[in-house]
Amino acid sequence: MSLHLLELEDVHTKLTLKTGVVRAVDGVSFHVDAGETLGIVGESGSGKSMTALSIMRLLPRSGRIDSGAIRFKGRELTGLSEDEMEEIRGTEMAMIFQDPMTSLNPVYRTGWQVGEPLQIHRGIDVRAALAAAIAMFKKVGIPEAEKRVAQYPHVFSGGMSQRAMIAMGLTTSPSLLIADEPTTALDVTIQAQILDLLRTLNRDSGMATILITHNLGVVAGICDRVIVMYAGRVVEQGRTEDVFAHPEHPYTWSLLHSIPRLDADDREPLKVIEGSPPDMMGLPSGCKFQPRCPFAVERCAKDEPELRDVRGHLARCWVTQAGTSLNGSVDAG
Amino acid sequence: MTTYVLRRLVLMVPVAFLVTIGVFMLIHLTPGDPALILLGEDRSPQAIAAIHQQLGLDKPLYVQYLIWLGHIVHGDLGRSITTHQPVTTAIGERLPATLELGAVALIWSLLVAIPLGTIAAVRRGSLADHLATGLAVGGVSIPNFFIGIVLIFFLSVTLRLFPFGGYVPFNQDPFENLRHVILPAIALGTAGAAINMRFTRSSMIEVLNQDYIRTARAKGAPWRRVVFIHALKNALIPVVTIVGLQIGGIIEGAVVTETVFTWPGVGRLAVESIFNRDYTVVQGIVLLAAFSYLIANLLVDLVYGWLDPRISFT
Repeated sequence: MSLHLLELEDVHTKLTLKTGVVRAVDGVSFHVDAGETLGIVGESGSGKSMTALSIMRLLPRSGRIDSGAIRFKGRELTGLSEDEMEEIRGTEMAMIFQDPMTSLNPVYRTGWQVGEPLQIHRGIDVRAALAAAIAMFKKVGIPEAEKRVAQYPHVFSGGMSQRAMIAMGLTTSPSLLIADEPTTALDVTIQAQILDLLRTLNRDSGMATILITHNLGVVAGICDRVIVMYAGRVVEQGRTEDVFAHPEHPYTWSLLHSIPRLDADDREPLKVIEGSPPDMMGLPSGCKFQPRCPFAVERCAKDEPELRDVRGHLARCWVTQAGTSLNGSVDAG
Repeated sequence: MTTYVLRRLVLMVPVAFLVTIGVFMLIHLTPGDPALILLGEDRSPQAIAAIHQQLGLDKPLYVQYLIWLGHIVHGDLGRSITTHQPVTTAIGERLPATLELGAVALIWSLLVAIPLGTIAAVRRGSLADHLATGLAVGGVSIPNFFIGIVLIFFLSVTLRLFPFGGYVPFNQDPFENLRHVILPAIALGTAGAAINMRFTRSSMIEVLNQDYIRTARAKGAPWRRVVFIHALKNALIPVVTIVGLQIGGIIEGAVVTETVFTWPGVGRLAVESIFNRDYTVVQGIVLLAAFSYLIANLLVDLVYGWLDPRISFT
C-alpha cells in the first residue's frame, strides 16, 4: 500500500493505427503526492498527453493500456469498469485541455457546463448547480459571473474559456488536476494569468496538479518536480531546481540550451537540437535519443540505459551514469 | 425573433413572385387544351372558341398572367374548370389529409433515423452499424410505391392488420384514422428515414470526435449522457437541413403514395386534375408545393437558431 496520491508503475500504452502499432507510453513509472505540482515536459509525440489520457482512461479508440499499474489513492485504476471510472472522473480527478475554445460545448450555456459535474456526481438540481457555477466563476476570476454563466462559449475569449474549464474541473474539489498544455493556445499575457491562477488554486486547496507542457519556463515557474519524456519514456526525473541546475540527460540539457537568451551575442545563431523528433514507428536501437545526442558514445546505440540515480535525481543515460558531467550546467532562470 | 420572422416573410414576396411566373409558364406551355376535355363530343371550332373566351384563354398570355396574379393577391386561385368549385376550397378540403400523412411520415422517418443513426455512429463498424447501413441502402433505393404495395400485400391482405387504403377523418374516429394512416406514412417516410439515418450517423461520428465530447467524458458523464445530451444536439444541426427539404417535398412525395393507398389528399387531387386538364387546380397545387418549400426553409432557420446559439436572429 503506497502513500502516494497517484502512482504509475511500468505503464505501457499502445495505439493501433492503420500504419502499425505505436508504443506511445513505454514503461512509464512516476508518482504524485497530495498538494504537489508535477511537470511533464517533452516535445509533441513524446507520450506526455497519452500518459495523462491513460490515467484518466480517456484514450482514443485506437489506444489501449497494455500493461502496468496505475494506482490512485491506493486503488488500481486499470482494472476498473467504465462505470467505476466515471465515478472517479470529474469527482476526484479532473482534466483541462490544450484548446479551451473547442473544449466547451458550443450549444450549452457555460454556467450549465461548469455546474454539470455536480449534477452528475452529487445529484443536485440545475438551479443549485448554476449557483455553484457562479461561485466557481468568481473563484477563477471571471468578472460579472452572474451574467457570464448565461452566455454561450462562443462569446468567451480563449483565456475566459480556460478559466471556465478550470472552474468546471474544480467544482467537485478533486484531489488531482491534470492540465494538458493549458496555456499553449493562449496569448503570452493570458498564459501568465492562467498559470498564476493554477498556482493559487493549488496552494489554497491542497490539490495535486500534473502540468503537461513543452515550455520549460512554465515548469521552472510552478512545478515542484519535473519529468522529462522522450519517445514514450521517462528520460529524466527529479526536483525542478536539481534538473535545471544540472541536467543529467543530454535531451534535457539540449532543451535547456535551446532556450534563446537575451544576453547572447547578436550574431550567435540560436541553438537547436540536431535531427528531428523520433519516428515512433521505427525507433532506433539502444538509447532513443542517441541519433541526436551530442554526447553519444558507442554503447548508446547498442543497449538502452535504465532510469538510474545520477547525482540526486533519475536519468536514463550511459554517459552521466558513468560519472561524466554534462559540461556547462545552466541556471534555472 | 418576431421581427425576424416578419422580415423573412416580407423577403419571401419577391421569391413568391418569381414562383408565380414559373408556375404559370409551366402550366400554359404544357400541351393539352382544357376546352377539348370540357366539350366531349361537340368539338366545333365555334364551341372551342366560346369556351376559350369564357375561361379567358383567348387573351394574350401576359394578360392572363396578370389577371391570375391579381386574383392570387386577393386569395383567389380561380375555379376548377371541371367542378366549378373554388380552387382554394378544393385544395383546402384535401389539405388536412395530406398534412396528416406528411406529419406521420416525418415522425416515422425521425423515429427510425435518429436512434438508428446514433447507434450506428456510437458502435461504428459493428454488426448494428452494418445492418443499419444495409437497411438505409434498401430504404433509399426501393421506390415508395413498391414499399406501399409490399406493405399492403403482407400487412393488409395477408395478415389483415391494417386497411389497404382509404381515409377516415380524425374527428369521426381517431383510432380508425390512425389505422388508416400508418401504412401510407411508412411508405412515404421510409426513403426519408434512410437518408436522415445516414446524415445522423455521419454527423454524430464527427461530433463524437470533438474536444468538447472529451471534456464531457472527463467530467465523468456516463456514455448515455455524453451521446444524448452533449453530442446529439450538435449532431442534429446538419440533419435539420435535410429534414427541411423533406418537409417541402411532402406534397410531391404524396402524389404517388396517395394514389397507391387511395388517400384523398392534395397529391391525388393533383393527379386527377392533370388528367382532366383542370389547369386552374394544377396551378394552385404547384403553387402550394412551391410555397411549402419557402415555409419549410423558414422553419429550418428557426430550428437552427434553437439548436445553435451561435446563430442569432438579427
